[in-house]
Amino acid sequence: MSAIWVVMEERDGRASRISFEAVAAGQKLAALTGLVVNAVVIGAQTEALAAEVAAKALAKVVRLEHALLAAYTADGFTLALQQFIEAEKPDYVIFPHTYQVRDYAPKLAARLGQVLIGDVTGFAEGPIFVRQLMQGRLNGSYRHSGNGPCFVSVQAGALRADEAQAGAAAISAFTPTIEPVQIRTKPSERFRGAAQTVDLGSAQMIVGVGRGIKDPANIPIAQELATALGAELGASRPICDNGWLPMERQIGSSGQTISPKLYLAVGISGAIQHLVGIKGSQCVVAINKDPDAPIFEVADYGIVGDLMEVVPALTEAVKAAKQ
Amino acid sequence: MKIIVAIKQVPERDAQVRIDAAGKWIEESGLQYALNESDAYALEEALQLKEKHGGEVVVLTAGPERVGPTIREALAKGADRAIHIDCADLGSRDALGVAKLLAAAVKPENPDLVLTGLQSDDLGQGQTGVILAELLGLPHSSLILHVEKTDSGLTVKRELEEGWFRTIELPLPAVLTIQSGGNKLRYATLMGIKRAKTKEVRTVTAAELAVDSAPVAVLERVALPQKQKSTQILPGNPKEAAAALVEKLKFEARVL
Repeated sequence: MSAIWVVMEERDGRASRISFEAVAAGQKLAALTGLVVNAVVIGAQTEALAAEVAAKALAKVVRLEHALLAAYTADGFTLALQQFIEAEKPDYVIFPHTYQVRDYAPKLAARLGQVLIGDVTGFAEGPIFVRQLMQGRLNGSYRHSGNGPCFVSVQAGALRADEAQAGAAAISAFTPTIEPVQIRTKPSERFRGAAQTVDLGSAQMIVGVGRGIKDPANIPIAQELATALGAELGASRPICDNGWLPMERQIGSSGQTISPKLYLAVGISGAIQHLVGIKGSQCVVAINKDPDAPIFEVADYGIVGDLMEVVPALTEAVKAAKQ
Repeated sequence: MKIIVAIKQVPERDAQVRIDAAGKWIEESGLQYALNESDAYALEEALQLKEKHGGEVVVLTAGPERVGPTIREALAKGADRAIHIDCADLGSRDALGVAKLLAAAVKPENPDLVLTGLQSDDLGQGQTGVILAELLGLPHSSLILHVEKTDSGLTVKRELEEGWFRTIELPLPAVLTIQSGGNKLRYATLMGIKRAKTKEVRTVTAAELAVDSAPVAVLERVALPQKQKSTQILPGNPKEAAAALVEKLKFEARVL
């Protein structure tokens, strides 16, 4: 049956916020295509999850339920959704672009002879799906060609979860056939790395350091600015990968998500994974030598120049203003 | 353990990219290229596994002639040999099309483990390794920071969002996509660079691998992103710009 299906992801017993962003995307795509939107929830016990999702403007919510889907595995989720998609024959399958989806959606699409159009930030008539290329420096417009379902995953924050319209959907069940031997990987419970002693999530001011700092010996320049501002020091992934600052100071999709009043990005070009993590910032300032760096697309204020000169000057200016 | 590492050559991180005349991709002439960052970590993981458990590391890449130096770099760091899929139309193939090429080259090698970076710095799709596993019929895990060989296969550490991790056990043979930062990258030594010159690089053409190339996901157009915000760029020398910024933050944005 012709329809758009949104695949919801569970987080701590509830549908994750980014899943509702995917619902909003499904509803937007429905407006472009005239198709109805449904959702599917996956797990071993999905009753509560289905009830939560059914409060949105969806035609149907299906519980894709099996004891072997209690913990996420790529094999289990792929098998379950493959059977469901072969039975439903959807036109579009929409996912939230999460680490879990990245782990199985490309596999599922390939099994059905399809390709996931991943990490989509926008839709247009056609439909055309827009995703970022070259670390956010360019946008690419993609079209799905050929027969069969079109698989799309939607970037976190591309739409707002509260854009998903409310409604009342009918709930039904679908039981896939899965044998234990078909699940080849064995996941543990998730765990935290080192104790999170730095809570960047609630910091009001943050100075973020990126590759532009060039050398760990230059970190104190950014630290002095942070101290002058009364700000926390954060960093982009490469800085933490190199061990120049501890992992607990990493900002971005794999690190902490921040929402300060002021975020000052120093020598950060603005890769997608970093920008996703700073979306909640009230005011963004970028200092970078490259005027084309993607960070300037989200910055309120910018200084184009050598951070080795600009940052110390800014530290002095902040100190002077505070006196 | 026989390990294949699938690597990609991508435009250098700081390269100035211009859109080509057709508006379908970037202007490639004059661009500097480098080994994709997370692929460098995949290679490092492979070399460390070989050092611990013995075996062979084979690098595999698809691309035009210009990928030569990237292959040599991987060999200089310690890979034993290389397979180059000579392919001038990589950009017009989608993730499934590229994975089909790689799978066709991997199959006859019967490796114990296939590693690749979690995503490329140019297209950023993060799909090749996962699709490759599906095409080879092998179990996989993605976003891996740490790999340990056990009696029954592998135990790997997978990164999740927001500072969480998960440990996953999987049997061999398997495919892993490697996240950056799990290991410290090595540099090629002078001796390594010398040795690389004598190592085997086998070239196969895409045509010889006989896989279809018609994309399902078609990149129709590339464009500069529209600004999400109007950025005020503060002019002047560093001191003037810094003073102007503090003024703005205090009296306009009111965040100081």
